[in-house]
Amino acid sequence: MTKFKVNGSDFETGDDGEMPLLWAIRDRLKLTGTKFGCGAGLCGACTVIIDGAATRSCITPIASVEGKSITTIEGLAPAANPTAVQAAWIAEQVPQCGYCQSGMIMAATALLSRNPNPSDADIDAAITNICRCGTYVRIRKAIHRAAGQTADARPIVVKKSRFAGDEQPAPAAAQWEAKP
Amino acid sequence: MSITRRIFLATGAVVGAGLAVGVGYLATVDTEGLSPGEGHGGATKLNAWIEIRPDNSVRIAVPRAEMGQGIYTGIAMLIAEELEIELDPRTVTVEHPEELASAYTNFVAALNKRPEDASGPIDWTMKCVMGMVPFILTGGSSSIVDGYTHMRVAGACARTMLVEAAAAKWNVAPSECHAEKGRVTHSSGKSAAYGELAADAAKRAPPSDPKLKTHDEFKLIGTPQARVDIPDKTRGAAHFGIDSIPEGFVVATVVQCPVFQGAVKSVDDRATLAIKGVKKVVNLGDGVGVIGETYYHAKKGADALAIEWDTKGHETLSSDTIAADYRNALDHGDEYVSRNDGDAATALKAGKVIEATYETPFLAHACMEPMNATAVYKDGGFEVWAPNQSPTVVRWAIEAVDKHAKDIRIHTTLMGGGFGRRADGDVYRQAAKLAMAMPGVPVKLVWSREEDIQHDSYRPAALARMRAVLGGDGKPTAFEFKNATQSAALSFSRRSIPFEMGGKSDPASFEGAAEIPYAIPNVHVATRNIETTVPLGFWRSVGHSNTGFYIESFIDELAVAAKADPMDYRRALLAQDARLSALADMLKEKSGWTTPLQGQGRGRGVSIHTSFRSHVGQVAEVTVTPDGKVKVDRVVAVVDCGTAINPDSVAAQIEGAIVFALSAAAFGEITIEKGRTAQTNFDTYDMVRMAQAPEVEVHIVPSRELPGGIGEPGTPPLFAAVTNAIFAATGKRVRKLPLSASGFTLAA
Repeated sequence: MTKFKVNGSDFETGDDGEMPLLWAIRDRLKLTGTKFGCGAGLCGACTVIIDGAATRSCITPIASVEGKSITTIEGLAPAANPTAVQAAWIAEQVPQCGYCQSGMIMAATALLSRNPNPSDADIDAAITNICRCGTYVRIRKAIHRAAGQTADARPIVVKKSRFAGDEQPAPAAAQWEAKP
Repeated sequence: MSITRRIFLATGAVVGAGLAVGVGYLATVDTEGLSPGEGHGGATKLNAWIEIRPDNSVRIAVPRAEMGQGIYTGIAMLIAEELEIELDPRTVTVEHPEELASAYTNFVAALNKRPEDASGPIDWTMKCVMGMVPFILTGGSSSIVDGYTHMRVAGACARTMLVEAAAAKWNVAPSECHAEKGRVTHSSGKSAAYGELAADAAKRAPPSDPKLKTHDEFKLIGTPQARVDIPDKTRGAAHFGIDSIPEGFVVATVVQCPVFQGAVKSVDDRATLAIKGVKKVVNLGDGVGVIGETYYHAKKGADALAIEWDTKGHETLSSDTIAADYRNALDHGDEYVSRNDGDAATALKAGKVIEATYETPFLAHACMEPMNATAVYKDGGFEVWAPNQSPTVVRWAIEAVDKHAKDIRIHTTLMGGGFGRRADGDVYRQAAKLAMAMPGVPVKLVWSREEDIQHDSYRPAALARMRAVLGGDGKPTAFEFKNATQSAALSFSRRSIPFEMGGKSDPASFEGAAEIPYAIPNVHVATRNIETTVPLGFWRSVGHSNTGFYIESFIDELAVAAKADPMDYRRALLAQDARLSALADMLKEKSGWTTPLQGQGRGRGVSIHTSFRSHVGQVAEVTVTPDGKVKVDRVVAVVDCGTAINPDSVAAQIEGAIVFALSAAAFGEITIEKGRTAQTNFDTYDMVRMAQAPEVEVHIVPSRELPGGIGEPGTPPLFAAVTNAIFAATGKRVRKLPLSASGFTLAA
């Protein structure tokens, strides 16, 4: 039997010790917030926090977490009271498909817990997860926002004369002329 | 993807059949969906998209799948604008409907025509036929284009019925009442919430021609709205296909013949069946499925299989043989001419020919959520949890396995990325077979990442040769484009739909080249498609992902030959197009084009490309070290997508498309060896990470034009924006992608 805690609750399984933690979490505990991306520790979709450290659960055998405390995305906070990281993710409208974002949020949470005010270089070094939708620009902003820094302005949204297309001046004559 | 156009062409026979059945029968197909009916869970259905619950909350059915593009929010905004409700997640739920209703057909995808432009008996007939199918698809950046008017009509009809119901109840004129924030209020101050009025409203007929708001009257459209799906995605509560856990589910995985179009010759499953937790091994014909208690058990079992494959001689195929076939096809064989203005052949003889050949690789989609499907086979029918871009394709896939299937229920879940991959039916055929092997038990099929990369529906590799002659003023007088590639639609259709499409005239092979927007008097665009066993499909922006790179690189070469500034050269050749001219002007200004870059090895590149009814221009700034390390420092994008429904979603899609395309430009390459894909996982098919991602700045052209698509158009321009910037920095012209195949690597 392997015993460990997930989000504060005791869990015990008779599965063999080589079973990756990811599958104990997803298929035994049925906590589906932690995602399967590559099965090889390459993408970070499966990131959970074990004793404060962001850990890729798809390559972490359950035997290695005997007696440890694991936090998954579901264990961060109740829906009505999101953490600063989750709130920043919403404020910056980070997720697109959202599949990688559990892992991103866990990695960012672990980063901020050991480095409350990370630089861009710190973020680059700590956040090595893949986001296929390409939300990195917003993730960076959200981490800064969660760290309490003033986030930059949101990505450009033209608010003035947003429908002014029919008022556009006629295009000027060709601006380029061949140089001999 | 203009799968639409392809299906339109391919279904000529169906149209004929439809006409034979008779116009009267077609007229019974409800393509409008505006009539009231029975709602879900005690709600009152005012039309196919809008249901109101007694507690005043609103259910909005969005029959377009959410894969990250923000369509749940976009469609809900169109409806809420006219329905006069607030988009408050506490009172509005948005979900993909389970029903395959005719009105849910994506008519833009089916007809390749804006609804606002459709008219006449042929369009009407096609619309009815596609509604009969019904052809439901999320793709081709078409959802907003398709829904822009009709979703507002649906909202306006429901609101009108609610106002009329209130007026009748109070015995006053509807014109004395107005609707706002989910309530109808009479000029006397009397007021009722929608929940109190819905039942009466549902007894009324929808108005035939509701008046829609003008742009000046919009409250939601054009304003940045928070996406309805985001809060759940920050707390692990969003339900993707892979998260389906019906009671008693088991988990399966597959090992498919690594050689394309090969089959199982024999399988020895003794070692697999000896593993505790493995439940069953199923021979699928072209692969073997293993069912276990968890994915761990299924995968362990799959790894223990001893399979002998019948490769049917297909192992002779390689990237080298394909490249040789392409080179040959550039000049030999039956070509398809997609554009022929003037006489390019003669004009090319009139001056010095500038010629360049460009090469692009196969690409995998590599959605973050690996391919999966959950199915239960019970009482002769199926219930399926499907992260899919087309429930129509899902149904076809299951019917292909069991043509006697009595009832097929499809839950379209959120998708962890789609990018075109999830329009395919492959995983549903497998899931149906596996479910039939364990009747009554829900089987969740999950592919390993290795299976996902090795059995994608790839963006076709292609080879293109362009030739041009410049006039005395430096402007091109002739442009010839010839390319060799493979028909994505043909491959896709043979796998996933009941009829064949694409082939010689597949637009996916030349779209974006045939519509070259520059003013050139003599233009000739011709394509030759070859066939191989490599499975192909629609990859975000489809043919434009190739042609955008070729055309925007070559026009840069012409600018250099003309000794012109690349931005101004384009601008001069776009003078006849008001929107593209305005876009180029804005791009020049916003990118600081005329401000010199500071530092060593810096360069700027511009690229402008139109796709899916939207125009996108990008300027990339790079720093290149002497040993070829490229850092993409910043990309400034300008997008003209007509009316921007949710400007924040527009910006997000462009930001994301830039990173998506940069992964492909930098290291995206699927190679074929011995008839199979050489790459396996993210270590051999890598993605841009945080440290490599450029700063991105998106500017939206203010516009009142009809909306264009936004999911895909940000992808095509990025390739040449980066390679043109590399040229500006180094003088080296990248004509072969990815960068890693041209001597450059992406720096962090």
